[in-house]
Formats: sequence, C-alpha cells, structure tokens
Amino acid sequence: MTAILSDYDQVRASFSWQAARAELDGLPGGALNIAHEALDRHVTAGKGGKVAIRWIGKDGGHRDFTYADLSAETNRFANVLRSLGVAPGDRVYSLLGRVPELYIAALGTLKVGAVFCPMFSAFGPEPIKARMAIGDAKVLITSEALYRRKVADWRGELPHLAHILIIDADVPTEGTRSLSDLMRAASSEFAIVRTRPEDMALLHFTSGTTGRPKGAVHVHEAVVAHHITGRYALDLHEDDIFWCTADPGWVTGTSYGIIAPLTNAVTMIVDEAEFDAERWYGILERERVSVWYTAPTAIRMLMKAGAAPVRSRNLSQLRFMASVGEPLNPEAVMWGAEAFGKPFHDNWWQTETGGIMIANYACMDVKPGSMGKPLPGITAAIVEKTEVGVVEAPRPMTIGQLALRPGWPSMMRGYLHEQERYEKCFVGGWYLSGDLAMQDEDGYFWFVGRDDDVIKSAGHLIGPFEVESALMEHPAVAEVGVIGVPDETVGEVVKAFVALKPGITATDELNLELLGHARKRLGPAVAPKQIAFRQNLPKTRSGKIMRRLLKARELGLPEGDISTLESDER
Amino acid sequence: MNTLEADRILAEELRRIAPDVDATSVDRGGDLREEFDIDSMDFLNLVTALNKRLGIPIPDADYPRLGTYAGFVAYLSEKAG
Repeated sequence: MTAILSDYDQVRASFSWQAARAELDGLPGGALNIAHEALDRHVTAGKGGKVAIRWIGKDGGHRDFTYADLSAETNRFANVLRSLGVAPGDRVYSLLGRVPELYIAALGTLKVGAVFCPMFSAFGPEPIKARMAIGDAKVLITSEALYRRKVADWRGELPHLAHILIIDADVPTEGTRSLSDLMRAASSEFAIVRTRPEDMALLHFTSGTTGRPKGAVHVHEAVVAHHITGRYALDLHEDDIFWCTADPGWVTGTSYGIIAPLTNAVTMIVDEAEFDAERWYGILERERVSVWYTAPTAIRMLMKAGAAPVRSRNLSQLRFMASVGEPLNPEAVMWGAEAFGKPFHDNWWQTETGGIMIANYACMDVKPGSMGKPLPGITAAIVEKTEVGVVEAPRPMTIGQLALRPGWPSMMRGYLHEQERYEKCFVGGWYLSGDLAMQDEDGYFWFVGRDDDVIKSAGHLIGPFEVESALMEHPAVAEVGVIGVPDETVGEVVKAFVALKPGITATDELNLELLGHARKRLGPAVAPKQIAFRQNLPKTRSGKIMRRLLKARELGLPEGDISTLESDER
Repeated sequence: MNTLEADRILAEELRRIAPDVDATSVDRGGDLREEFDIDSMDFLNLVTALNKRLGIPIPDADYPRLGTYAGFVAYLSEKAG
C-alpha cells in the first residue's frame, strides 16, 4: 500500500491549509462542525453501515457502532442537552472510563454547539474540581461510582454546574439524572448547530509549573488539522483498522482517539481495559489492526515481556506503528523493529498544538530517538532568547526552545480566562512550546527536556504546584517540593520532598498517611509515587523552594548557580 | 502458603502503594485496579514487591489471573507453595 504522504519534500512544498480544508465538507454558509465531519457526512455519502467504533469491554466482549448508529446516538445526546437548556458555548464535561457513552457524549456535545471537556477518570477529586471550576462546567457526564467517590462531596460548591448525568444508575441519586432515561425519550433526529470555524469546541487541560491547571481552548477549525495529520502522520487510509490506545482524558485520546479516525472514515478500536501485554497483542491480532498509535510507556512495558509473545502472533495486517507522549528512546525503536519487523514512528505535539506537529513518516527513514520533521503546513525551529529577542539557533544540534510559527488550524486559541498566560507563549512571532530540543543537519528534531519544572510521567504533564498544594493541606506538613525523577518505564515519576512541622516525627507510618492523603485528593495519575522527609528544603531569599536544586541533588548532577540559595536542605 | 497468609501479604503490599484504600472494604471479586484506584505503574510495582518478598517469579502471562483481589490471593497461595 502506498503511503499517503509518499514524498515529504514535494507534499510540503505544495501544501496549503485551504486545500486541506477542502478535504472536508463543511456546512452551508461557511459553517464547520467537527461532529458533522466525523459522522454525518459519511452517512450522507452512503457509508452509514460501516463500523465506526468497535468497543471492547473489560470482559473481552465487544459492541460495534456503525457510522449511522453513532450519528443517531449523538443526535439523541444533542437533543438531551438541548432539552436541559444547554446552549452553544456551554461547557459539558465527562468523567468516564473508555465506555461508549464517552464517545457519544463528545460528538453529541459538539453537535449542539457546546464545548466538550473530557477528564481522565484516574484524577482525584481535587484535579476534577479545579478543572470544572475553571471551565464553568454546566453539565457533567459520569458513572455512579465515579460520582459518589469523586464529585458528590463538593458538587454544591460549583455555581455553574446545573446537571449531572449518570450513565449507569437505574435509580439516580438526588441531584443527578439517568442518562439512559433521557436518551430513550430523545429523538434520533437533530440538525447540527452551524458553528463557525472559530467557535470553541474542545477544552483540554494541561499543567504549568505554577498556579492552577490551564484550559487550552480549541475551535471547530481544528478538525482541518486533525484530519490531515491523521492522513500524513498516521497514514490513515479509509479501509484501515486503527487503534489509538490513549484515553480521551488526554488530548491524544480526543484528537486521534475520536476525531481524526472518524473524519477519515476508518474503523477504530476502543479498549475499555487498562494496559496488559497479552490482551494488547490479542487485540492487535484478532481485530486485524493495521495502524496502531501508542505511547513509549506502553512500548517499554511490552519490551519487558520480550519479543516472543509478539512473534507467536499473526500481525501481518499491522502496517504502521506510531508513538507519542514523550521521546521514544532508540532502544525501543530498535526493539520494535526486531519484534514486529517494523519500527515505531515517534511524533511530537502537545495539548496546545491540538494535533501532531513533528513526525517520522511512513515514507522516511526513522532516525531512532528523533521526533522527525515538521508536518506540511508547519514551520518549526529551535530558538534562543537573546538581548534582541527570540532568534533561531544556529544549526545543527544547538539546544534551544522548540518553537512553531503560529497560525495552524488546531493551535489553541487561548487558555480559558487566562489571557496573560496565553500571551506569554508567543514571543517574536513564535509559539514557544516549553520543550527543549535540537535540530540535526537533515532537519530532524531531537527532544532534550522541559524548559521548566513540569513533570512528564507516562506521557502526561503534571504540575508540581498542584501536587505540592495537596500535600500542604495535611496538618503535619510544613513545606513541600515536588520533582520528577527519571524512571526507565514511565519517563519520570513524581517524588515529593516534605519537611514536617516542628515536633512531628518522620515515621514510615506518616509517610504512608501522606501518600494516602495525596492519592485521595489527586488520584493515582497525579499523586506522588515516592515521598522523602527532610528537615528543611532549599529555599531562595524570597522563600521559594528550589525544585531545580532538589532535582540536581537527587540525580547527582552539578548544582549550578546557587547564589540565590538562602536556606539549605537538611 | 495458605490463603490467609497470602491475603495478609497482599493487603500489606497494597497498603504500601495505595494506603488510602482499606483492603477489608473492597469488592474482592471486582477489578483490582479500580477497587484500589491503582494505575499500570502501581500494579507493576506491586508485582515487583511481591516477587521480591516471596521469591516467586510472576510472569506477564499470569497477569490475567491477578485482575481481582480474590484471584490474586488464590494465585499467590498456589505459587508460594
């Protein structure tokens, strides 16, 4: 099969975003709606009978949803939202595992012109509450268990939160409603709201070094990038069986776990269960997956199980394998080539970019350890801050910030209610990613690290401040510094250094108590995996804890400039 | 190892990873990761800790048997002789 992007230089030279937009249908009057491009246009084109989603439950059983099924179900959901008074621009949140209702809610929300914000179900109550408060959540779709454990205690504190829809309650508890009851009563006919390309469609949260999580705003126009990058970077052909293993609670799981595969009319696999090597190989073989998009953490866990389980499977249908989330180390690329007979293609992007920006393509040699080259339509560079502003760094292999020229369709349009933080991302005509990288003489980019204290664990960004704040709430804690420490499987793990209040003794039992305290508030995805006690943490004159120094010492690296150090670690 | 002892050891190791969850109050036939709110990394750490403590190999291929608390206890008591 010929790669869609068969000649990188040629396609790049002739590419225009207008031409990419023309691959979509649009709605009358210049309107554009992601859900129309993902579902209804395929039904109109006679593809309604094709399987859009094959959902595999934890028990191994499956349910198929055709494009026509999904179109009708999302129409019902849109009608439900409208009957509840949801208007275009209102924010609809989900807190769900990978169940069919999540996918129906996402696209149904877009149909009614509202904004969809998916949250990872492994978040604890505090990250959930913070994200819903910042985004003025009007509706939450969740399960009975998640609601009871993570939301019920504080729901009254959010003034905008009008409706909670429970997917699995026969008799909903007070203040909630049964989604299935509402769906049964709703019509399967709905005229998609004619959203403008610049109307807000998706809200994805990400973490910074300081302050609250940031809600990156994406608009309906982003679908132009979702669609074309699905073709160029993932090589999606219409007859592909595609499996993106990411959870929609993270941006990858929405852009490439919902939107791109559906706009490209492929059949996509959704697995409800968490990672399990044998199960994953079974899915690849049985479902005849042809394009697979996964993450370095998963690949490294598969490596641990060895190549033999791969070789015992018939994976002859598997044509293209891609990876995202953090740099894929060269060993993992080599292992992929050895075990699967083909390499993993690493690519790079972030919540703010909305879609893949830099990639290794089917038509190009993979340089193991490199993130590849910019997509057609994307200008990327390594820049340095100098006295005269931001300038491009001399090539090759100078470390600087990875920067992009603004203007691609899936670029974030703002951090919700945080104009100042948004504007800080753009300097001298560049979007600054916050990632440090290098570019080699062939134009391939190489990831180096983060330019700030944000922790990258299993491909997800964790803000140290969010973790520190939760630990500070414990009565025994005087101060906290949180860093990421290298881990060969997940990249970095969250480690907290804690100084206790005077008179409190550091014991193993207290360590577990703090761990439990953090997990209860933050959930397993954000909570620290390790806690170490100190008598005092290194601080500047202004009292700011020097995370950088904690990290240098933890890793045995040079301490660097410590002229601002006032009160040292003990 | 008898079931009671396997139960005690599993509960102890789980408590080191998820001290916020009381092993006596979970659904023993329910999804272990969900009941204890643990992620893939926590699960691997649990397996590593048990492997170290009991000196028994726990290969990936056996993970399907470790999906519930009850299944995990049965597996440990069988493997640890």
